[in-house]
Amino acid sequence: MGNFLKDIKNGIITENPVFVMLLGMCPTLGITTVAINGIGMGLATTFVLLGSNIVISLLRKVIPSEVRIPSFIVIIATFVTLVDMLMNAYFPDLHGALGVFIPLIVVNCLILQRAEAMASKNKLNRAIGDAVGMGLGFTIAITSLAAIREILGNGTLFDFTVIPNYTPFRIMNESSGAFIALGFMLAFIKWYQLRKGGSRA
Amino acid sequence: MISNILVIVASAAIINNFVFKQLLGICPFLGVSNKVETSLGMGAAVTFVMAMASAVTWALQTYVLETYNLEYLQTIMFILVVATLVQLVEMFIKKSSPTLYKALGVFLPLITTNCAVLGVALLNVRSDYDIFESVFSGIGAAIGFTIALVLLAGIREKLEEFELPKAFDGLPIVLISAGIIALAFTGFQGFF
Repeated sequence: MGNFLKDIKNGIITENPVFVMLLGMCPTLGITTVAINGIGMGLATTFVLLGSNIVISLLRKVIPSEVRIPSFIVIIATFVTLVDMLMNAYFPDLHGALGVFIPLIVVNCLILQRAEAMASKNKLNRAIGDAVGMGLGFTIAITSLAAIREILGNGTLFDFTVIPNYTPFRIMNESSGAFIALGFMLAFIKWYQLRKGGSRA
Repeated sequence: MISNILVIVASAAIINNFVFKQLLGICPFLGVSNKVETSLGMGAAVTFVMAMASAVTWALQTYVLETYNLEYLQTIMFILVVATLVQLVEMFIKKSSPTLYKALGVFLPLITTNCAVLGVALLNVRSDYDIFESVFSGIGAAIGFTIALVLLAGIREKLEEFELPKAFDGLPIVLISAGIIALAFTGFQGFF
């Protein structure tokens, strides 16, 4: 149990996939125009990550190491197809908003990296803890980026008005806003770490 | 016919630039844009794979998936096609031109996880392109990717000479520079 919680904390804070490891940048920048997209994309990725980590961990002694990457990709693609069809059936609006980025979860480097580094080397319980932690870390990171962009770009958060009579900061809805917002977020995190490190020393 | 193809190429390369407008292929965009030379090499390899992948996935979609009502296998089949193509290209270049292989060597396997390659294949299907339109949209997307890579690499080479605030050093300033280039690219909107 202790290990499980440690793996989860590791995914959310110590090795956060977006802010620390810089993996999965395409969906991070591509779909974070409104906060709800961030949650949808984050949970879809978490589902795929959990499924692929479980299957790969169970099959880790069966898959020969020469063909492990193609095998991982097929397993991941299976779960992506599942998510694609389930979202199309139950959340058609969200499915439409995320568009081509749903099938593209298959090439999210985060999932392949976790399969290679964690699931293919560890027992089932650690693989599950890692998938939950990494998935939540990814969800929290992209939702916070999406929330910032939605507040600055529309003055709303999850479609509720946060700032009344707001003059929208249009650039945040554009692709350039994605780069700039993430750049400032990473700079802020780095500044915070530098400050913390400095006070301790 | 020709003007139609020109519009597709210009649209994929500049107006809807894959990196700056559609935000696809960001990992290699941030990963290998340190030097202008290596980004040109990466661009060449990606152009080849994208054009081939567009043609093969078009044939697969039309003659196999749609004929036998297997559209739900699209994601799995397409990623396998891309992975196989990358492997073939790697073997072909290794045998035919060892010099080019040395120059590109490291980047070739990385192309499999470049989401722009799979992205262009999926977008071709969604736009109902025929075989020529698919191939040229692949080439256009790859040209756009190369332009983006070379532009950012040029800026990064200059950035190395400056003293920056510590918090912005490294990736943050690269992302912000990319954002400003993307802003310039929005000027191409509404050309056609």
